[in-house]
Amino acid sequence: MSRLRTFAAAASSVPITLFGLVLVTFLIGRVMPIDPIIAIVGDHAQNDVVEAARLQLGLDRPLAVQFWLYVKLLMQGDLGRSVMTSNPVTRDIAQYFPATIELATVAILIAVAIGIPLGVLAAVRRGSWVDHGVRVFCLAGHSIPIFLLALIGLLVFYATLGWTPGTGRSDVGLEGMVPDVTGFLTIDALLARDWESLRDACAHLVLPAGVLAYFSMAYIARMTRAFMLDALSGEFVITARAKGLSAARVIWRHAFPNIAVRLVTVLALTYAGLLEGAVVTETVFGWPGLGQYLTISLLNADMNAVLGATLVIGLSYLLLNLLADAAYRLLDPRVR
Amino acid sequence: MRRIGYWTRGYGERDAASVTRTTWQAWLLTDAPASRGQAAWGRRYRLWRDFSRNPLAMAGLILIVLLVLAVAFAPLLALQDPAAQNLPQRLAKPSAAHWLGTDELGRDVFSRVLFGGRVTLGMVVAIVLLVAPFGLAVGCVAGYAGGMADRVLMRVTDVFLAFPRLILALAFVAAIRPGIPSTILAIALTAWPPYARLARAETLTIRGADFIAAVRLTGASATRIVLRHIVPLCIGSLIVRVTLDMSSIILTAAALGFLGMGAQPPSPEWGAMIATARRFILEQWWVPLVPGLAIFVASLGFNLLGDGLRDVLDPKQR
Amino acid sequence: MMTRPMLTSPMLTRPVLTRRAMLAASAAIVTAAEAPFARAATPAGVAVMAKQIDDVISFDPAESYEFTNNEVDGNVYRRLVGPNPKDNTRIAGDLAEKWEISADGKEFTFHLVKDAYFPSGKAMTAEDAAFSLHRVVMLNKTPGFILTQFGFTKDNVEKLIRATDAATLQMSLPIAQAPTFVLSCLSANVGSVVEKATVLANQVNGDLGNAWLKNHSAGNGPYQLTQWVASDHITIDANPKSNIPVGNKRVTIRHIADPSAQLLMLQKGDADIVRDLTPDQIKSVKASDGTSVTSSGQGSSVYVAMNMALPQFQKRQVLQAMKWAIDYDAIATNITPNTYVVSQSFLPSGLPGALTDKPFKKDVARAKALLAEAGYPNGFSVKMDTSSASPYGDIAQAVQADLAAIGINVELISGEQKQVITKMRARTHEMAILYWGTDYFDPNSNAQAFCANPDDSDASKLRILAWRNHFKDDQLTAMVEDAAKELDGEKRIGMYQNIQKIARERAPFIILLQKISTAVLAKGVSGFVIGPLPDYTKYADIKKG
Repeated sequence: MSRLRTFAAAASSVPITLFGLVLVTFLIGRVMPIDPIIAIVGDHAQNDVVEAARLQLGLDRPLAVQFWLYVKLLMQGDLGRSVMTSNPVTRDIAQYFPATIELATVAILIAVAIGIPLGVLAAVRRGSWVDHGVRVFCLAGHSIPIFLLALIGLLVFYATLGWTPGTGRSDVGLEGMVPDVTGFLTIDALLARDWESLRDACAHLVLPAGVLAYFSMAYIARMTRAFMLDALSGEFVITARAKGLSAARVIWRHAFPNIAVRLVTVLALTYAGLLEGAVVTETVFGWPGLGQYLTISLLNADMNAVLGATLVIGLSYLLLNLLADAAYRLLDPRVR
Repeated sequence: MRRIGYWTRGYGERDAASVTRTTWQAWLLTDAPASRGQAAWGRRYRLWRDFSRNPLAMAGLILIVLLVLAVAFAPLLALQDPAAQNLPQRLAKPSAAHWLGTDELGRDVFSRVLFGGRVTLGMVVAIVLLVAPFGLAVGCVAGYAGGMADRVLMRVTDVFLAFPRLILALAFVAAIRPGIPSTILAIALTAWPPYARLARAETLTIRGADFIAAVRLTGASATRIVLRHIVPLCIGSLIVRVTLDMSSIILTAAALGFLGMGAQPPSPEWGAMIATARRFILEQWWVPLVPGLAIFVASLGFNLLGDGLRDVLDPKQR
Repeated sequence: MMTRPMLTSPMLTRPVLTRRAMLAASAAIVTAAEAPFARAATPAGVAVMAKQIDDVISFDPAESYEFTNNEVDGNVYRRLVGPNPKDNTRIAGDLAEKWEISADGKEFTFHLVKDAYFPSGKAMTAEDAAFSLHRVVMLNKTPGFILTQFGFTKDNVEKLIRATDAATLQMSLPIAQAPTFVLSCLSANVGSVVEKATVLANQVNGDLGNAWLKNHSAGNGPYQLTQWVASDHITIDANPKSNIPVGNKRVTIRHIADPSAQLLMLQKGDADIVRDLTPDQIKSVKASDGTSVTSSGQGSSVYVAMNMALPQFQKRQVLQAMKWAIDYDAIATNITPNTYVVSQSFLPSGLPGALTDKPFKKDVARAKALLAEAGYPNGFSVKMDTSSASPYGDIAQAVQADLAAIGINVELISGEQKQVITKMRARTHEMAILYWGTDYFDPNSNAQAFCANPDDSDASKLRILAWRNHFKDDQLTAMVEDAAKELDGEKRIGMYQNIQKIARERAPFIILLQKISTAVLAKGVSGFVIGPLPDYTKYADIKKG
């Protein structure tokens, strides 16, 4: 019962945190030295046009009133309209967020597929050159500025070797060929049984997702190694080893399941980091995701868009945290 | 097992080699220290011995030391004034006159990277000095006081944690104006919450300890307990966190520069240097690559160092 | 909710071309699809352009005022008159085949062509043309002043601009204006003709179709707008009813922010035309075979503004000293080759009446003497706002170094472009480096911007560059007003040349550079011509292979 109660307490704090998030973003938006009107009407606009736009946006009202109106609409699920795209922000998010989720998901899959085996290997060969090698390899990925890695990736794999396609989410010739159902290009292509588009979408994903994956691999490998060392010194593993089971069997059948739950927590946090960390990668790869949307909106003082996107990223961060927390509390037997 | 073998062998050999020269070691390693000071130094020495046996951690330490020396002696090492423009000589290839070539305004890249290190490392140090004490204070107060104070402080921490880090920094910088001071403040703003979380978690485990109860019985004030007994115990994990954070701070600063919101030209900050030079990556690749490598080396150095420190100071995470 | 029935649902705005149609249209695509990921060429029938398109706000010609949307509108809409293709400084008919102007310069009668078809299949009538101009005045968005400056208001415009029959449009001006000035303004994007019936069918809350036209088109140009995803791509497809032939059925403009990525796309055959290469990249592609480079001087200038609220900038010698301190050629040849050229007059070359001589050059001794004469022998310190974007950042640093040589110590404050603009509009800057693009292809636009300031108070109606820098010169203001009303075209040109000469002496602006828009075309691609204004850039003649 107490486990459930602490979880409920954690969950109930989400709305309060979100409220704080909205408030801080709102205040930042209002002290920006960029006049949002400039973003709408441009540098050459005459005064009457500027004033009309200011009235239309309600920017002439007191700050508190503006905030109250925003929150009131927010409660009804209305995030307002973006100045830049002229769409409702909710629709923009529905369009841009799936691209980011797709990217982050593929990235974490790659990171897991490489990072966990590396972490296990490092733990098993602890102290050897393999351990050191894994560590240097992973930390190197965590030390390169991600935009440099992305640019080098484009230079090598697209420009020089021609193994991957260039920037963007799909080829120009295939753009808009797949009916938009979920917003995830790969899933939509699958639904439409359009294999060429599917292949194209996957090909476009490889490089940006690989770059993101390499960046986040260090943490996953590191934690896998730590958990594995812990598990390998456990009594049941020693027993299993004593029974003469093969090393591989001991590691994957006995030790690994024990650390899986703790890894879920690590993965959830990494994933949350990827969702928000894709900003720079999206910029370099011309990836039409939420990170790019957010950056451009911010530089145009398009505050409805900034608020909406920040809320969505913040909310996913909180939910993933909650999930990690829940998995940890409910599944890990060692938590009282 | 292998590690333990290595450990004992190393210890034994050294003892056998020169008994006299190691009396100070014996003093440090004694099981029965005569004073508090001796015990403390003994503990530090043991940590250092563990640390120095980790080749990667030592590599990290050496990288950082070299970097700090290079940056400290930048005026002696630099080939020319890092701000001296020479437009006809722009984007020159590396040569005897310009070891790493020249940039888009004909300035010497080698000299700029050296001086840029001062800006970048200075920024990192400033951020850490802001963030660590602040996070520590928030965490310790929340953890020790509990109740309402804890809840309010942790909600605030959550808000800043839930914020997309780079976006918060971007927004903040845009809200003031791009430049080094605002970059420092912006990154500090996004970097403190994990410290608060960490310090709170440590405080919670220590708060219930018997020795704290004992101190409290002596009539010590809450302030004194936190400052004299809780904070020192948090320092270990804090140092690890700080070292590992150095690299992510360097990278965040670089990313801000890359998005045009970090340090501003003509300041030779590494991230800003890449941002202005990235348009040359296809043709004059050395111009963006050199500061990129500098960031990589510094960042890797701090990562290796922090990783090694974690092994030593935070055995749970090993 | 009946408001915008289908517009933004991505599914419904998806392309007109189906996959089948496209495959049928070309067998070449099959071979292209078999290649590995990098295509050897873009799909047949589709011209792919890589460009920075994050400036787009709206494609409604009554609202569009940025570079990219104006350029696209120029291919989607047609106007009554346009630039003469052989000589941009002269006006030629487009939708109006001929026109008459009364002797007093107040009555314009346009005779319209009868075979300009909208995608709906209907031919344009004078009613469409009148409605298009009415809505510009009634909506009064950013570019609205281009028409309202002639005295049109919400209340009088329907009386003053009217269709007298299906093919005749009558326009009466409340006060006489220079006819070349009026015609130039009608050739701007606000003069675009929209299809009245379609626009009104999509009207919401009496917005005259403004919301719908943001991302739809209703013009009779050779193309129509199919899809716009902000900061991602713009797709336009051929207007099937237009009688203007097009080289490609579709033009896709992809947002590629990074110039290096644009260059890569060109080299890999993923783009036919790239628009935003850096000077150094253009230099390198010029050397490589196959590609071709096309460029055109633009109606945009880069200038340094000095706010005359500062006492030192009120001294004419100080302004002169600064103009003599800059090494213009070094900046243009080293920092901005192929993208900007030296220009020292507020009218960029190509505009009617522009002075193309370059009186100023770097002369440190002369500049120092002027400073001493003004009472600043040791110079002074000042702050300069600049955009951090390329090439402004580099130019600002070069200007900083040049001014330092005469003792003026400039502290750079760099930020987002919009931040600099916001600050200058509030007149809180000391110095700033910015660009200014002419509003329409007539000297009045820039003359007014740089020289006219009838009222320097905060309540002024005209708050453009002169006002923003407290530059109040009554003689120049009067000269600008007179030139706009001069009926004799030749005499009018002379008046503007005179204004430019005086401005060089007195105005607190160092005009540095004129923008050259340069595009690089992939091997086998031809027919893309850049106009001096974005609206004049045409896609219809682009040919591949």
